[in-house]
Amino acid sequence: MQLQPGPPMAFYVVQFLTGLASAASLFLVASGLSIIFGVTRIVNFAHGAFYMIGAYVAFTLTERLSGTFGFWGSIVAAAFAVALIGVIVEMVLLRRIYHAPELFQLLATFGLTLMVEDLVVLIWGPDDLVGRRAPGFKGAVDFFGQNIPSYDLFLIVLGPVVLGILWLLFQRTRWGVLVRAATQDRDMVAALGVNQKWLFTSVFAVGVFLAALGGALQIPRDAVHHAMDLRIIVEVFVVVVIGGLGSIIGAFVAAVLVSELNAFGILIFPKISIILVFLVMAVVLIVRPWGLFGRPEAPARKTPGLTVNPWRPLTSNERLAALAALVIAATLPLFAGNYALTVGSEIAIFVIFAVSLHFLMAVGGLASFGHAAYFGLGAYGVAFLAKMAGLPMIVCLLLGPLLGCMGAAVFGFFAVQLSGVYFAMLTLAFAQIVWSIAFQWVSVTGGDNGILGVWPEKWAASPSHFYWLALGVAALVTVALRVAVFSPFGYGLRATRDSALRSEAIGVNVKRMQWTAFVISGTTAGIGGALFAYLKGSVFPDNLGISLSVDALVMVLLGGVETVSGGVIGAIVYKALNIWLVSQTDLSKLVLGGFIVLIVVVFPKGIVGMLEMLAQRRKSTSPPGASLLAKPIESAE
Amino acid sequence: MRARNYFVGAAFALLAGGMAHSALAQEIKIGEINSYSLLPAFTEPYRKGWQLAVEEINAAGGINGKKLVVVSKDDGGKPADAQTAANELVSSEGVAMLTGTFLSNIGLAVSDFANQKKVFFLAAEPLTDAVTWSKGNKYTFRLRPSNYMQAAMLVEAASKLPAKRWATIAPNYEYGQSAVAVFKKLMSAKRPDIQWVDEQWPPQGKIDAGPVVQAVAAANPEAILNVTFGADLVKLVREGNTRGLFKGREVVSFLTGEPEYLDPLKDETPEGWIVTGYPWYSIKTPEHDAFLKAYQAKYNDYPRLGSIVGYQTIKSAAAILAKAGSTDPEKLIAAAEGLSMSSPLGEITFRKIDHQSTLGAYVGKTALKDGKGVMVDSSYKKGSDYLPSDAEVEKLRPKD
Repeated sequence: MQLQPGPPMAFYVVQFLTGLASAASLFLVASGLSIIFGVTRIVNFAHGAFYMIGAYVAFTLTERLSGTFGFWGSIVAAAFAVALIGVIVEMVLLRRIYHAPELFQLLATFGLTLMVEDLVVLIWGPDDLVGRRAPGFKGAVDFFGQNIPSYDLFLIVLGPVVLGILWLLFQRTRWGVLVRAATQDRDMVAALGVNQKWLFTSVFAVGVFLAALGGALQIPRDAVHHAMDLRIIVEVFVVVVIGGLGSIIGAFVAAVLVSELNAFGILIFPKISIILVFLVMAVVLIVRPWGLFGRPEAPARKTPGLTVNPWRPLTSNERLAALAALVIAATLPLFAGNYALTVGSEIAIFVIFAVSLHFLMAVGGLASFGHAAYFGLGAYGVAFLAKMAGLPMIVCLLLGPLLGCMGAAVFGFFAVQLSGVYFAMLTLAFAQIVWSIAFQWVSVTGGDNGILGVWPEKWAASPSHFYWLALGVAALVTVALRVAVFSPFGYGLRATRDSALRSEAIGVNVKRMQWTAFVISGTTAGIGGALFAYLKGSVFPDNLGISLSVDALVMVLLGGVETVSGGVIGAIVYKALNIWLVSQTDLSKLVLGGFIVLIVVVFPKGIVGMLEMLAQRRKSTSPPGASLLAKPIESAE
Repeated sequence: MRARNYFVGAAFALLAGGMAHSALAQEIKIGEINSYSLLPAFTEPYRKGWQLAVEEINAAGGINGKKLVVVSKDDGGKPADAQTAANELVSSEGVAMLTGTFLSNIGLAVSDFANQKKVFFLAAEPLTDAVTWSKGNKYTFRLRPSNYMQAAMLVEAASKLPAKRWATIAPNYEYGQSAVAVFKKLMSAKRPDIQWVDEQWPPQGKIDAGPVVQAVAAANPEAILNVTFGADLVKLVREGNTRGLFKGREVVSFLTGEPEYLDPLKDETPEGWIVTGYPWYSIKTPEHDAFLKAYQAKYNDYPRLGSIVGYQTIKSAAAILAKAGSTDPEKLIAAAEGLSMSSPLGEITFRKIDHQSTLGAYVGKTALKDGKGVMVDSSYKKGSDYLPSDAEVEKLRPKD
């Protein structure tokens, strides 16, 4: 191959243009996400779902309406139709939960995404659908012997055009001024008397419109199928974060950067695509903590400590009740079969995982989107020790989580330099990097075929023994983390969460506090992972994957992020329900998603958070309306 | 839905078998696991296939007079969830054996579970060679022709092409990697004169087809090996057609002739690709005719390859159970080893040496007919002709 002359110059030009076309598709979707996040602070997990519905609706319309007008009319009509769905979702669902703790909206949009994935299969069937090509853009243009699809040229033009329109909209209209103001300081905008409700709804509609348009425009070059949403959602998040949250130009530059690096990267490293965007994001965030075009967030004015009842250790009665619950749980092997015990072990392990993330999120105020990395590292740690070093199970269980601890120490050091969503996204980037190493390093990790045969030794092999082991460790971990919460360290950590500036002023080393919390949390997750490896007898890159990280987030949010141990309840409810539904119905995602949406509406503080609030209300002598009245005051602060 | 199938199956068996109320005690349960929610395009026809098999078996009197019941679970595409499901089937449902799975890593996870818990496992679809070779175990059997077998079938045709400069495009995970590795090894052995000039590894499900097509074209190969499938294949074909990648180049492609992957391409189907697949419309054997007639009568739809796999998985399971006359795993293994039976694609045998079935595949060329993709000039390749020698297999497989 070395003797062959290199490709002609025209090739590099065409490769560049091809990269631009990919960038344009990515930008359309990313810009919508960026606008929505900038104004409403909603981490819109359902953005990919809207993109997918846009493609499905456009497919149906373009199959019915032929001709040039029919095709382009269908694309635009599909985007409008989906924007309308977006408006309904915003008004019916999201409006109710703007005052919920940060990230809680993620739970709602996650539930929606689950539902949509099953719904599209019910409506459009399981097969991949291939739509028409765009009239007038079917062929290719010859460029010095290289072919450029004319549709690519169309997209290359469309990207900057949309960017221009958005720029005009934001710079030259009153609505745009309000949106920009809200992006900078939405409390101030509210204080000035702007009707936030309609501002949020309109912003959400524009964002969803762009997502659906992006999906509809994929019809001539892609297949429409039920997994399109997951394929794009993480990538657009990364683009938005690289560009800087809320910055449209940033999203555009980031989309071009990522697409061009991919287009040329694969010429040298053909396997780079799988990890490229995350590598770019990690580098950008380490160098520029607020993305390329983002600005540092103003220190939060809202004090989370005011919105919750001050935490306190359990009373003696509550301790007895918790102990009684543990004892009851420990008697499960007396009457339950092997399957129930194995499910019980799995739930106990996920309790460990959830409380580890809960500790970081609730006490440290740091939401990790990549917590599965430390869970998975713990599992791989066990697998390496057991399969390669042949160490006994006890030793593996003790040493395995150290891999999670080391990972957390390294990544946590970089991550805690950031805050908010940037922190979350950097943890995601690190998790994906770890995942891709496990995935690609076949000779050591076995790649996606995993490491098999990590079964427990005889003493722990029976389901009841393993259940007791998992339950015991889960109880121990939960108690240990509670002790940490009410230790001086815990108080200090809560201070950094509630006000980084004030705690720094009184001499708390914020970054070191957060780093320590990150390591504690990562190690704990590693303990869960170590047990998980023995429960399943095998370790796969899945154990480090995004979906597991999302599961952990959902469990914490479901339990209630403003509670001390909400993660325990969240894990039990979510995992038990998930296992049961998957076993009982083919539409488990639809039912589970619907359930999550329902919980979000009924328990906007999470299950435990809501129970605590109810208990509080019953205790207080003031009429029940008082706490509701307090809400607008809190949020206006 | 699954519960309904269960009852419909049971009701049907009661009617057809003419059994009395004691039927419930007289049943044999098989546990089945697949990625129903993740891969509905494959698993829907697959489910129809095995449901047809259950119906036929029970109509013919069940297994040694006992009614066959299949309890089916979704794994959501996750190995860990597949193990939870396997555990439920074995511990709670008391199934006699496990069957199913699609993805290679899930097949391996369930196979490892089967080995640990000493349960008989008949893997339906996972293609990785590891299932029967490097990570094979005595409890695990596999129905579908493995990666190695399909590669060997394609190499037989590919090595006759004059092309000397080859490029490969494969999804970046175990299936793609091992398909390319085996194809390269077998091909280079037959044709020492060929060169491998480029390889592209787009992430599974996330191909950015434009740059990939450009990159392959830049290496100027004379022939291309493709391993992508599903939505990735659609994008690759569309970009490749527009950019003229396939013009004047030979393409050899895994699985593309299967209706699951060929049909969505419609009028964009590239012509003349050498592919493995399932041309149900041109198979004229009595066994297949019977299957086709029954399938179309029941579902008013044509079968996909998944339908064949589902159908034959349960037929094979039933044959193994009938011969063993017991649900004891050791007896099932003894019964399965060397067992031959008929299938819609001809007679198959579960080999004693590595527990691989000799089910084959069709190799042919893609063509366009009435705006739809079809396979032409296809011929059935028996699985037994494309496996390495026994001595080699023994080296590949750990001793039980």
